[in-house]
Amino acid sequence: MVTIKELPKEEYLLKGHAACAGCGPAIALRLLFKALGNKIFLVVPACCTTVIQGPYPYTSSAVPLQNILFESTAAASSGIVAALRQLKRDDITVVGWAGDGGTVDIGIQALSGAAERETNFIYICYDNEAYGNTGMQRSGATPYGAWTTTTPSGKQERKKDMPMIMAAHRIPYVATACPSFPVDLVNKLRKAKEIKGTKYIHILAPCPTGWRYDASKTVELGKLAVQTGLWALYEIENGKFKLDSPSDRLIDRSKRKPVRDYFTPQARFRNVTDQDIKRIEQWLDEDWERYRRLVADSASDSASYGKI
Amino acid sequence: MEQTIIDTANHIAGLAAKMARVKVVAAYPITPQTTVVEKIAEFVENGDMDAEYIRVESEHSAMVACIGAAAAGVRTFTATSSHGLALMHEALHWASGSRLPIVMAVVNRAMGAPWSIWPDFSDSLSQRDTGWLQFYCADNQEVFDTIIQAYKLCEDQRIFLPAMVCLEGFILSHTYMPVKIPDQEKIDAFLPQYKSSWTLDIEHPYSHSNLVSPEWYMEFRYMIQEAMKNAERLIPQIDREYGRLFGSTYGGLVDKYRCEDAELILLTMGTMGSEAKLAVESLRNKGLKVGSARVRVYRPFPVTEITKLAKNAQMIATIDRHVSFGMEGFLETEVKASVFNEEDSPLVAGFIAGLGGRDVTSETIEKIARKSLKWMQKGKVEKTTEWVDLRE
Repeated sequence: MVTIKELPKEEYLLKGHAACAGCGPAIALRLLFKALGNKIFLVVPACCTTVIQGPYPYTSSAVPLQNILFESTAAASSGIVAALRQLKRDDITVVGWAGDGGTVDIGIQALSGAAERETNFIYICYDNEAYGNTGMQRSGATPYGAWTTTTPSGKQERKKDMPMIMAAHRIPYVATACPSFPVDLVNKLRKAKEIKGTKYIHILAPCPTGWRYDASKTVELGKLAVQTGLWALYEIENGKFKLDSPSDRLIDRSKRKPVRDYFTPQARFRNVTDQDIKRIEQWLDEDWERYRRLVADSASDSASYGKI
Repeated sequence: MEQTIIDTANHIAGLAAKMARVKVVAAYPITPQTTVVEKIAEFVENGDMDAEYIRVESEHSAMVACIGAAAAGVRTFTATSSHGLALMHEALHWASGSRLPIVMAVVNRAMGAPWSIWPDFSDSLSQRDTGWLQFYCADNQEVFDTIIQAYKLCEDQRIFLPAMVCLEGFILSHTYMPVKIPDQEKIDAFLPQYKSSWTLDIEHPYSHSNLVSPEWYMEFRYMIQEAMKNAERLIPQIDREYGRLFGSTYGGLVDKYRCEDAELILLTMGTMGSEAKLAVESLRNKGLKVGSARVRVYRPFPVTEITKLAKNAQMIATIDRHVSFGMEGFLETEVKASVFNEEDSPLVAGFIAGLGGRDVTSETIEKIARKSLKWMQKGKVEKTTEWVDLRE
């Protein structure tokens, strides 16, 4: 486990990258490089990182980066992993790095296939809850009530629970994270690197451009997402569910900040009514009841995926 | 030791991939391709083939996994048919644009709707503009030889493009024929270890295929066009070299039969080329000056070869196992385009035949030839693009 002081000084996300000011995904990417170092191949589909890396003949990535088709991160990673096995290069870690649309919508088939095949790679979904690169259209990861350009009066459906879908694949490691908790993120990435098989990490990455909040508040917004309980930090290791700090204190609903605290700074939630909030709070209680149960079920040594 | 075996074209395609020492195969089953990948699965699980076999969840992922593996620096192979190939469409562009020498067997099958499992070229010809080289085979021996040759060609520094080796479903895919299989050592000598023009490399961390502005994009496309032109030059050379080493050659880009003094040339692709030879023999026996030319390589299109053929002929009759709806057969269009600026260019008559697996026999082709000869004597093609044996 690293502490904040022990984070590597090396920077593999180079200066001059093309992310928006206050970009949550860019912070997450920088931390990813710090956590995993430069002996990785990064596989990137169409997503904000297509832009962040900068156009030919430049790049802001100091690690080899393979751009690939939108729905294909996990398929390209599968091919690379197979080739590296043939080349006996087990010193290189293959990392898929895709947005929420590229993961929960168009890329879910290839990802599900790769996970079922027990492909040895880390797949990371950096989730800004909409198609950011194309100007904020609704995705399966957009939360209920959120404005996007294709849900101008607010999304009417709930966010897809992708980490649990991945857990249903019974892969050895599923984790959620947020760049506002950098040490937690780095430790999860490092742990994933040491595990064989498919590792899935879902990072909630606030997006000032799309969520319509002040660019200086990205870290704060990420913290609020976690403190309200709307984004829970957890790990599922070989089927054992564990809440991580500070989410581990939030089973007690009185410890959770009000949902409004998270919504108010974001103009995307401007149309959310009090009735919507009630509904969201009810869902939140259901989610946390499930987490409570999973924690309890995982307490025994023999806990495995049977309980998830 | 060189040996002659009797097997189907699909099994032969799998064997060719094994003998080419392919390192990663990613494939998804589809009729009539399935026995190619079943054969490879058998080779890999028996330990006869030292390769990773990725049993992907779709053809789209099959192609992308090949792209990933080739980018990481190994020789790759896949096979598909029809809708599987159509599903790959986007990834086909990505493979050629990335300049990765992937070789794929396409077991030709007609596109739906309505469903058909029988052969025509509507699957592969719909992928004409994806930047892939396209070979069309006439028998099982040619399938084996062409897969080996395709790796040699595609991995040449002057090419670095992917190739489809097309064989018609059932007519070849499930038909047993004798095939001469060379020594593994001889193939190894002909086809050295894979060396890509680029690979993902932690020592040289580049971003590959990242965003390109209008300042650069055209040059990348032009380089693909140049590589295609290089292939037009290299294919006959490789065919001759292969012939010297292993005994079989196919005339390079176009397999010509009795064309030297032919007034009428029957232009075909795939197995129709074999039937056309029989038709030519029969017509020659009756004193008619007919020859046949089978386009072996459709991309790059053998423009120079076709213009050379056209010089001595009065008419070229194209027989297409595919149609471009709203226009005509692909060969018909390409031949016309090839000879348009030539002096004394011959008449071009177009025929559509054999769609969805309808038989094209030597009799069918003889009938086409007789009609063409009639028009040739009149000096006029009386019907544009005739559909052969169409029900009333």
